Amino acid sequence: MQVKIIKLLIVSIIIFIIGVFFISLDKNTSYDTKGLEGQILKNIKLEHFKENKFITEKYLKKNDFTLINFWASWCGPCRLEHPFLLKLKNEKNLKLIGVNFKDKKNSAINFLNDHGDPYHELAKDEFGKYSINFGIYGIPESILVNKNLVIIKKFIGPISENDYIYIKETIKK
Amino acid sequence: MKKIKIVIFLIMFSLNNVNAEVIEIKPNEIFKNLRCLICQGQSVADSNSDFAQTMKLVVRDQINDGKSEKEIYEFLIEKYGEWIVYKPPLNKANFILWILPYLVFAIGGVIIFLLLKKRENY
Repeated sequence: MQVKIIKLLIVSIIIFIIGVFFISLDKNTSYDTKGLEGQILKNIKLEHFKENKFITEKYLKKNDFTLINFWASWCGPCRLEHPFLLKLKNEKNLKLIGVNFKDKKNSAINFLNDHGDPYHELAKDEFGKYSINFGIYGIPESILVNKNLVIIKKFIGPISENDYIYIKETIKK
Repeated sequence: MKKIKIVIFLIMFSLNNVNAEVIEIKPNEIFKNLRCLICQGQSVADSNSDFAQTMKLVVRDQINDGKSEKEIYEFLIEKYGEWIVYKPPLNKANFILWILPYLVFAIGGVIIFLLLKKRENY
C-alpha cells in the first residue's frame, strides 16, 4: 500500500513537472508593456521643452485623444515614424506630445527643423526619469490615451503604417 | 548629575542609531531585485545600460522622497508589470510557485517517514 502511494506520488510529480514545461515552453516569453493598456495614467508631469512650465493631466484631459511620443534626435527608428506623426498632426481630435528623451537641446531643435515638427506640445526628459512613469524602456515608444487618461494602446518601437491606420480609426470612433 | 546626563545622551544616541538602521533603505538591495528589461538575465544592479541607469536614478529619488521599499516596488510593478521584480508579491497567479517548495518539502518528509516506517516493520 505504502509503495503504491510512493509510486503514485512520484508519477504525479513527474506528470506535474512535464505539464509545467509543456505549458510554459509554449508561451511567448518576450517582454513588453502592452499589458498595461487599459490602465489610467497618473501623476503626469512633463517638463516643457522651451517654456518654464510643466505639461500635466489638465492638458491631456482637454483633448479627446493624446499621443505621447518619446523620441530623440540620435534615435534612428524615430526617423522612420516621423512622417506618420506629421500626418497625425492634422487629425482634429488628436493632440501630439513629443517627449525629447536624453537628448541635446540643439540636436533636437535641428532634428525638428530638418524633418518637421509634428508636436502640439514638446517636453524634455533630460535624464529619462519622467519616462519611468510611462513604463518606457526604450525609444521610440508612444502611448495613445483618451480624455479619461486611459491607455488605449502602447506602441513599442516606431509607429508603422498599420499603427497609423489604427490610430486614425480609433480617434474617429 | 553630569554623569546621568551623559548616560541619557548615550542612550538617546544609541536609540537614534538603532532607529536609523531600521528605516534606512539600501538602494543596492532594491536594484538587485529589479530586472533590467533590456538586458539578458541581468539585474538593474549588475547592468550599466541606459535603462538601468535611469531606474537607479528614479529609485534613489523615491527613497529621498521618503517612499518605502514596498511603495517603490508597487510603483514599478504598476508601470512595468510584475516582470520587473525578481521576487514578485504573492497573488492568485503565482500562488502555486510560492507554495510548491513547501509542498515538495512536506511530500518528501512523508515519503521518508513512510520508508523509515516500512524498514522498521521489516
